[in-house]
Amino acid sequence: MAGQKSQLRLEPLLWTLFSAGGVVAAFLIPVHLFLWGLAFPLGWLKAPGYLSTMALLAHPLVRIYLFVLCSAPLFHAAHRFRYTLYDGLQIKHLNEVINFSCYGGAVLGTALAGYLLWTIP
Amino acid sequence: MKSSGSTPGYTLNHPRWYRARVSTYWWLKQWVYLKFVLRELTSVFVAFFVVTTLMQLRAFSRGPQAYENFQKWLQNPFVIALNVVSFLFVLYHSVTWLSLAPRAMAVRIRGKRVPDLLISGTNYAAWLVISAVVAWFLLWG
Amino acid sequence: MSEKITLEVARYSPERDAAPHLEAFEVPFRKDWVVLDALNYIKDKTDGSLTYRWSCRMGICGSCGMMVNGEPKLTCATFLADYAPAPVRVEPLRNFPVVRDLVIAMTDFMHKLKEMKPWLIRREEKPLSEGEYLQTPEQLDAFKQFSMCINCMLCYAACPVYGLDPLFAGPAAIALAQRYNLDSRDQGAKDRFPILSQHEGIWGCTFVGECTQVCPKHVDPAGAIQQYKLTAATEWFKSLLLPWSGK
Repeated sequence: MAGQKSQLRLEPLLWTLFSAGGVVAAFLIPVHLFLWGLAFPLGWLKAPGYLSTMALLAHPLVRIYLFVLCSAPLFHAAHRFRYTLYDGLQIKHLNEVINFSCYGGAVLGTALAGYLLWTIP
Repeated sequence: MKSSGSTPGYTLNHPRWYRARVSTYWWLKQWVYLKFVLRELTSVFVAFFVVTTLMQLRAFSRGPQAYENFQKWLQNPFVIALNVVSFLFVLYHSVTWLSLAPRAMAVRIRGKRVPDLLISGTNYAAWLVISAVVAWFLLWG
Repeated sequence: MSEKITLEVARYSPERDAAPHLEAFEVPFRKDWVVLDALNYIKDKTDGSLTYRWSCRMGICGSCGMMVNGEPKLTCATFLADYAPAPVRVEPLRNFPVVRDLVIAMTDFMHKLKEMKPWLIRREEKPLSEGEYLQTPEQLDAFKQFSMCINCMLCYAACPVYGLDPLFAGPAAIALAQRYNLDSRDQGAKDRFPILSQHEGIWGCTFVGECTQVCPKHVDPAGAIQQYKLTAATEWFKSLLLPWSGK
């Protein structure tokens, strides 16, 4: 099965992306989600205004940081969700569709992040 | 039916052996399995976080009004509830990831294996420091 | 002191039954008895047709693995006192075909062990005149934990991935491969790589971690698998970025 052969060669890469994404997600997402998703909207802490955030975004390093923050966890989630579908719903026979959707979604999200971070003034 | 070739041959299959079917709900049968599936489902909320971040970036690129609208959207009670759930799942991911990481790397210093607790302890400490740094940037940077 | 405890034992006769069913037996309850003692009592006094495997009765041969109240255990190391007064349910090891009563077919397991090439592979053999392969305590320590496996298959019963995909190599087999890969006397890591790196080799593992939890010898197969994933990934990147370094 041609699909399976290329799968074998990609599997170590996909696992590495999963691991890297997992590390990024583990260290960075909780604080980001807490601040932007809870503390700022609920007024516990003062949200940075539009201008100060844009000032932060002016640094290319910040944009690279945000790119990694968006891209790596997506590949982590794609890999993990793919295996959850295999094991949880036992639909391994649909594996071509699952793989394409999961990793395709991650690639799409990455491209979107890259585009947005490139075009923000 | 014996296995071909090698001696001694092991019987590979017999029609009267009973093979139990694995239930679709195998993960509900034991608490450890359910914890495992919840851990795997944190991936959904990790992806949700990235999606909201992308939405936020799009708001930035459209100007201050779009940013305002996005902030208002974040205050919607349904979104807040979703974020509370997300936060709990994302925390669960961090806690499990940082405590399992030492098992994937057998760290040895001068031949002696570093105890797992030390590695995960270091991970948690690093997590706190990194979170503090990020918070500082966002609050006072 | 005539305390009793009920054992609900799975019975399956391939000639008579379509599927296993539970049969209740009353056995004397002794504080120091293990489940194996109870099974032996049943076979001795109540029903001689009860079929099960056991040997050393001290947790080293790996023969008596069964499901006790839904958890994989060595019946020679599981005390009735921990379950009394509730009935104790004894079933054959999960994820394996049942041959009869509590006996499972371990063909697949044996086959997977052999596939891992569990012997020292040398590129060049040292002549006898040069003496033994010497090993420092640190070198022994690198793989010793993985060599403690008694092949009891409790980890296979605990692993949901093995239950869902019988092609998965499984915890004990991969730990065994690591035992040899990490042995300083072995030069065969490359030989084991193709078997392990197929999709059903190690990549099916999602680090549930139950295998390590149930292992009676603290082998930590989950750790072995994750470590091997890291090794396999590193090898993959090295072969991609440094294709000329073919060792």
